[in-house]
Amino acid sequence: MTAGRTALVTGAGSGIGYACVDRLLAGGHRVVGVDLRAGRMEDRAGDLQAIVEIDVADAGAVNAIEGIDEIDIVVQCAAIAGPVGPLTGTSPDDWDRAMAVNVSGVVNVMRATLGGMVERGWGRVVNIASIAGKEGNAHQSAYSASKGAVIALTKSVAKELATTGVLINAVAPTITNTPLLGPATQEMLDFMVSRVPMGRMCEPEEVAALVGWLCSEECSFSTGACYDITGGRATY
Amino acid sequence: MTVERRALVTGAGSGIGAACVDRLLSDGCRVAAVDLHAGDMADRADELEAIHEVDVTDAAAVRAIDGIDRMDIVVQSAGVVGPNVPLLETPADEWERTLRVNVTGIFNVMQATVGGMVERGWGRVVNIASIAGKEGNPNLSAYSTSKGAVIAMTKSVAKELATTGVIVNSIAPAVIATPMNLATAPEVLDYMLSKIPMGRLGQPEEVAALVGWLCSEDCSFSTGACYDISGGRATY
Repeated sequence: MTAGRTALVTGAGSGIGYACVDRLLAGGHRVVGVDLRAGRMEDRAGDLQAIVEIDVADAGAVNAIEGIDEIDIVVQCAAIAGPVGPLTGTSPDDWDRAMAVNVSGVVNVMRATLGGMVERGWGRVVNIASIAGKEGNAHQSAYSASKGAVIALTKSVAKELATTGVLINAVAPTITNTPLLGPATQEMLDFMVSRVPMGRMCEPEEVAALVGWLCSEECSFSTGACYDITGGRATY
Repeated sequence: MTVERRALVTGAGSGIGAACVDRLLSDGCRVAAVDLHAGDMADRADELEAIHEVDVTDAAAVRAIDGIDRMDIVVQSAGVVGPNVPLLETPADEWERTLRVNVTGIFNVMQATVGGMVERGWGRVVNIASIAGKEGNPNLSAYSTSKGAVIAMTKSVAKELATTGVIVNSIAPAVIATPMNLATAPEVLDYMLSKIPMGRLGQPEEVAALVGWLCSEDCSFSTGACYDISGGRATY
């Protein structure tokens, strides 16, 4: 990449988001880290343009991020696993919270950043979806629904902006070794790994490598795509 | 790339294959080029490990390629558009020729190369499919069928080899500006272009950039995937 861009990463304090911060910094970009909690970002505060502790579900807080309209690259990793259990036992509050973070959060950040990208004629957005959004994981109805929504949202906005120089793609990982797995039982983890032909979890750095490509000049004819990174699990 | 890898590219004489040769050379690979006609390859004979004028449908000729069992990277771009007519008017011999080049050719090259990769515990295969293989383009039944087969074959083999260190992926471009497509009937080409939200043809170099990533160490948890590169056309 010839010139460093300004990137914003949500969910930057841990997991895939933190690995993406590392990747974008290594690519020579200025990085603004956004998370509900600064988390691991504090270790490298000196390298970051800014650390912003906000809830992406709060549109007002997103719009108030300094320089939000000057962002060239957006990587959206902020997400919660949501309620685990049968749909019938899922509380409306838990459902709403999963949707607010995983879907409205993604919308809020895109609404705040895309205008500037279109004006400048260049932008890259990568939204982290999940294989759950393609296949639907049992006992994760809210998470699965929210990630399916991210895929459709990505495709819709990508088509709107297809001729503007702004490319918007999604990535669908399978089970990845991150704190998001916290609420999952060992039985669920074993089941999820058993569905991965490679027989192991994905590491956050592996997702970040794909995200890095999708954010680069190298990616110029892919938009509205959902690239899976699943160790062979994805059926489509 | 830390180690100098040996790469084999089919359909290397023009279009996507030629762009992939360029890409792999600039990534530091030693490249053996395979095509029915040497074509543009002759211009860069000095940089290439070898030029093989081979028909990939001829399994014995493929197996006889010098060093075929020592390839680390295989990119399969050899393909023909086949008949541009309704199914009812498709001549049987043209149907068979399309399937032989686009499907049996890929089978032949994988069969000759994958064993060595498994033995050495590292390999990358990228098979060039097409968005036609996902969606089915009208008046291109043979081509669409053959590319659908490439996607399914890739997924099948990728699962077989998921734990061996050999990663097998396909990509699905929309219409790309290549000599292969120049032979396509203008009305068929117009139909394909009208379906691309970016409103332009893809360039071979754009496809080669994605292929380059899929052949790299950076790609370590994607196997059996079919990454589209379609300017926003792909629906799934």
